[in-house]
Amino acid sequence: MENNISLTLKVWRQNGPKEKGRFETYKLEKVSTDSSFLEMMDILNEQLINDGNEPVAFDHDCREGICGMCSLYINGRPHGPDDDVTTCQLHMRKFKDGETITIEPWRSAGFPVIKDLIVNRNAFDTIIAAGGYTSVSTGGVPDANAIPIPKVDADEAMDAASCIGCGACVATCKNGSAMLFVSAKVSHLALLPQGKVEAARRAKNMVAKMDELGFGNCTNTGACEVECPKGVSISNIARLNREFLKAKLQD
Amino acid sequence: MSTIFGSSIGRKLLMSLSGLFLVVFLIIHLSINLLLLVPDGGQMFNVAANFMALPLIKYGLQPVLFAGFIVHIIYAAILTAQNNKARGSAKYASGNNTKDVMWASKNMFVLGLTVSAFLVVHLIDYWVPLQITHAAESITIDGVEMHNTYALVNAAFAESWRVILYVIGALGLTIHLTHGFWSAFQTLGLSNNIWRSRWTVAGIAFAWIVGLGFAAIAILQFAFYQ
Repeated sequence: MENNISLTLKVWRQNGPKEKGRFETYKLEKVSTDSSFLEMMDILNEQLINDGNEPVAFDHDCREGICGMCSLYINGRPHGPDDDVTTCQLHMRKFKDGETITIEPWRSAGFPVIKDLIVNRNAFDTIIAAGGYTSVSTGGVPDANAIPIPKVDADEAMDAASCIGCGACVATCKNGSAMLFVSAKVSHLALLPQGKVEAARRAKNMVAKMDELGFGNCTNTGACEVECPKGVSISNIARLNREFLKAKLQD
Repeated sequence: MSTIFGSSIGRKLLMSLSGLFLVVFLIIHLSINLLLLVPDGGQMFNVAANFMALPLIKYGLQPVLFAGFIVHIIYAAILTAQNNKARGSAKYASGNNTKDVMWASKNMFVLGLTVSAFLVVHLIDYWVPLQITHAAESITIDGVEMHNTYALVNAAFAESWRVILYVIGALGLTIHLTHGFWSAFQTLGLSNNIWRSRWTVAGIAFAWIVGLGFAAIAILQFAFYQ
């Protein structure tokens, strides 16, 4: 059964990084509740183009919840009103007929707006480049009995590795802190023998880069964990604190 | 070690350690205050207060306590300023609708201000007359002359407005501790999925014991010890 709803959209429009932005209000009629939020945005853009207006710029790529490209701060929450999903996985059945939806870009000093709803998330790549890797190739998947890894560690590493680097943690954090992202990246390597070798250097370098890029200091509010589309736990932040302090004490 | 306190985690470490140190101070403070409820005309409380004024404690431990407060307050101000800067000047028009976030965790600085207001009044009411001007009256217990601290406290708690302010301050402290306690252990890295819930439960229990303890002493003093 298909239902259609009509919506009022308040969308942030900004021509460029230095330009002053403003909200524009658009009306959309007959949006299928089966469509995804990004498909709704496509419908909006088609309408804008047909009317001779400039379409709204927004980030998207895989549209299946695994790339971390889509962003959008919808009605007071990163990725909108649904839990544990990215914006591409958010469906219009989560909204009511006649509802007004406010759509904003991620807001944080670390993520400056490029255009409309697109922000510059290069800071995350820079943090990864500072240490979020193993320096030598560890080869293909080894035989399961070659390097024994406790199941608990393997599971926790996998959970941390599920971070897609979307930036929702920074977007929702009252401190603009990137600790959930950095802790996930440090954790998934620190938990495994291949990553342990460089654990100390990695923790120090990635935290130093995070601080340098102007992200805030974590105050353990836990908002990041709530808004993370992959449910990455703040126990990773405790692990990062532990790894970092251990590394610093060894200096 | 050189740059540890220049890092975000290092600054948080200072908040954590100074916070835990102040938690220990609260335990000692509450223990001594409980003597206010011993119905002996304040004799035991006076002896305990006099013990805390021993030179070793007054000149040895008290400066450490002051340092603990100063580090905690200064770093709170630094961290808050840095975090406001990191949040950026552009605010969300649609606000913040994230559920399941403890209110205390987002208002630690404001809650800290209520506690520090309390602290200032405390210094003026007790620390100055007892340790600086020695304006407080004296009493002799078992041949030892000491300040009648009990009389000072008892007189303060005779005024209802003071008791009300005291209870508000104690409540602010309680809410501050409900987040601060477990957060300190998280910052030290002494937490994981299992221990986070343990520290949280312990922290909430501790916060209410301390807060209600201080508040109850003030109210009971006002009601039954005048």
